[in-house]
Amino acid sequence: MNRVLARALVLMVGVGLIAACTSGSNNTSSNNKFSGTTIRVVTFTGPQIAEPLQRRAPDFEKLTGAKVQVITVPFSDLYQKVLTDFATKTNSYDATVFDPQWMGDYVPPGYLEDLSDRVKNDSAIQWNDIAPFFRDFSATFKGKIYTIPLDGDFQMVYYRTDLLQKDGLKPPETWDDYVSIAQHFQGKDLNGDGKADYGSCMAMKRSAQSYWMIISIAAALLQSQGTKQGTFFSTDNMQPLINNPAMARALGIYKTLSRLGPPDQLNNDVGDSRGLFVTGRCALSLDWGDIGPLAVDKTQSKVIDKVGAVILPGSKQVLDRSSGQLADCNSTLCPYATNGVNHSPFAAFGGWSGAVNKAAPTKVKDAAYAFLSYMSQPAQSGVDVTIGKTGFNPYRLSHFNNLKNWLDSGMSEQAAKDYLGAIQTSLQSPNMVLDLRIPQSAFYEGTALDTAIAQFLAGELSANQTMAQITDQWNKKTDEVGRPAQLDAYKASLSVTK
Amino acid sequence: MSTLASSRVLRAASASWRPVAARLDRSAGLVFILPAVLVILGFSIFPLLASLYVSLSRLGFSEGGVELKFVGFDNYAKLLFGIDRPHFLGISGPLTPIGIAILTAVYALFAFLLYRYVRGPGLTVVGLVGRVLATVIGAALVWLIVDTVLTSGRPGTLAVTLIYVGADVSVQYLLGLGLALLVVQRLPGRRFFRVVFLLPMMITPVGVAYLFRMLTDTSKGPLYPVWAHFGLTDVSWVTNPWGARLAVMIGDVWQWTPFIFIVMLAAIETLPQELNEAAVVDGANRWQVFWRITFPQILPATSTVVLIRLIEGFKIIDLPNVLTNGGPGTATESLTLHAYTIWRALDIGGSAAVAYMLLIVVTFVGIAYVNLFRRRVAALA
Repeated sequence: MNRVLARALVLMVGVGLIAACTSGSNNTSSNNKFSGTTIRVVTFTGPQIAEPLQRRAPDFEKLTGAKVQVITVPFSDLYQKVLTDFATKTNSYDATVFDPQWMGDYVPPGYLEDLSDRVKNDSAIQWNDIAPFFRDFSATFKGKIYTIPLDGDFQMVYYRTDLLQKDGLKPPETWDDYVSIAQHFQGKDLNGDGKADYGSCMAMKRSAQSYWMIISIAAALLQSQGTKQGTFFSTDNMQPLINNPAMARALGIYKTLSRLGPPDQLNNDVGDSRGLFVTGRCALSLDWGDIGPLAVDKTQSKVIDKVGAVILPGSKQVLDRSSGQLADCNSTLCPYATNGVNHSPFAAFGGWSGAVNKAAPTKVKDAAYAFLSYMSQPAQSGVDVTIGKTGFNPYRLSHFNNLKNWLDSGMSEQAAKDYLGAIQTSLQSPNMVLDLRIPQSAFYEGTALDTAIAQFLAGELSANQTMAQITDQWNKKTDEVGRPAQLDAYKASLSVTK
Repeated sequence: MSTLASSRVLRAASASWRPVAARLDRSAGLVFILPAVLVILGFSIFPLLASLYVSLSRLGFSEGGVELKFVGFDNYAKLLFGIDRPHFLGISGPLTPIGIAILTAVYALFAFLLYRYVRGPGLTVVGLVGRVLATVIGAALVWLIVDTVLTSGRPGTLAVTLIYVGADVSVQYLLGLGLALLVVQRLPGRRFFRVVFLLPMMITPVGVAYLFRMLTDTSKGPLYPVWAHFGLTDVSWVTNPWGARLAVMIGDVWQWTPFIFIVMLAAIETLPQELNEAAVVDGANRWQVFWRITFPQILPATSTVVLIRLIEGFKIIDLPNVLTNGGPGTATESLTLHAYTIWRALDIGGSAAVAYMLLIVVTFVGIAYVNLFRRRVAALA
């Protein structure tokens, strides 16, 4: 009897092994279609963004046989590095994970592959699961798909729930609230280490990712009539919406906040402000979605379950474009206001997205698309957006609806709902502010705005000089590129279907 | 007969060949050197001319490539008179009494030097034109520094670069020479210090910049206890324009002093000791031995090493880029970083214009230094 049982067991194990080997070989043979192909993907120096690409590259190689080589360059160099590589036909990169704002410079000269058909024939990517805003703004240019969204970007405000609760304070609803909360906590010990801590931590470093912060503050003062009104330029004549009382107020707030943070705040980028916040040294912070997952990262966070998130604070006064002055919100001026407060959530940057070099060989282009699709598919991205160090924030409907991954990452249900709610409220706002996506947007924001703001914070320029300098430089660049063409591009970028 | 004929033919051929051979002999040097000269010229002149053309153009992106549109001197006009003028030249303010005093003293010195040349025996037209040009450019640069630094204005990238070069090279030379003089003394552990003093030069400039970023961080970092002891944790010196510039200069001095140290050490160690010993026997003290005997003998090495550091100093970029990103504002931005910042936004023409302005300034300072200082030093030595 035992012998029979033993034989039966051996037979079962044998059959199982053969079945496993057969299915394995089937998988290998069917999935090795990119064997011998190497994809060179360029993105910015991590650890964010590059980390998930590097981590998942070996898995993708096992699945398809394609090797993925991730090349990183500093964020401030990425725009020109990739553009000059494509433009000079060096073509040392097959794909790039970059800022979709730059499509205005990359698509018209024909440097990027049109991915529309590939997306259409790819059921695994679950295109309709990607939130409409990211499908349209981050992925599409003039009706064609050029990028695969890998990240969803909205700026929002993070606050320490324990501190505000203890002192009977509410989360900031307006930027004035934000300043007064920051003043309240500045210089107090917020993490029990006996050292004085900071009311607010915000990126203010030059040539980094700081210039989005001032736009986040100014947005609610500048735009109140819905997304199509635009925040950066007049849609009538492409005149910059910079030299006005709304921007002056925003600059004043930004300057005040520069003194309500760490002493070297002017030299801090988002990495620094995130580090300070999750180690418990700040009461408030303005950032993209990254702080949410970082705050539950047990390896570094000292504020687990002590962090709340809210939509960007708003303003009770907005720029009345007919008079050019600040005016109190009313139903005509601020049709989307809540409790008399105009909120203008800022889709800063638009979310890291992957694009394929049109000049790459066809097989490499196919492999590059397959890799980007693989990274975006819910099975991978659903996990990646819950990990702080990836730099990827939620952008698919499933990311918002499936709480399991968030709970698995260590976030409490309340914290997850709070965090995802802040992003969803931003995403659904009819007054969402779209980032600039016109040719040379890297100059408008990354050079002209960034330099003037840095000079303002350092005291080199007054508020009026700052606004005048940005206006002059933006106008000069607009005239250089061609005012009518830039106006068309700007208006086209605002007519995004949401 | 036939032998005689053939020897005549040979003699005739030899006679006719001789001038050619002599000519070849005379021009052999040129022939051998010419390929190398052409290659060097090609590698140095071609990029120079190409970048000159780029500085007169604007880059655009077209279907499948790039196009350069000729814009004349627009990029230069933007720097000197247009929207980039405050960034490049800075903002001037009303002159202070100290500024007026400095300007008066420097201009008087320039006038005296020019007067002395005109009245001297070596007056030539070319020399005079060169000196007048040098005086005018030198006077303009001194004016720029005084007018933007010693007033309520602020210095642009040109003045900041001149300050970096002037301060860094002076301090580096004094420290490097001092350390070299110390190490040649027969002190215990001098071999160890000789290696230690060289270490900063071996570190990559980016590493030095990160090191100084940590050291200057008063709220955390390795020097936190020191800042905390003096109650300076709320003071950040990299967010103050002059504090940040000082941090950059300290980093540069720390990194490049070893270069001057090693050259000076080599120069001092090769000096014959007999002169020093004779001076000591004659009753000279240590200072007199250094100033009258050692220093004149190391002047040729001094002039060379200072010239190298002057030219290198103008190209500073790593430290301000990593330490402060050129901030706060544009306070620590050097000319090279200025060009790099513009280049990052793909304003290649504007970037090339800044680079050309830098080339002009470096060439002027280099030539002026060689003419006004180095030749005299060499003659003295």
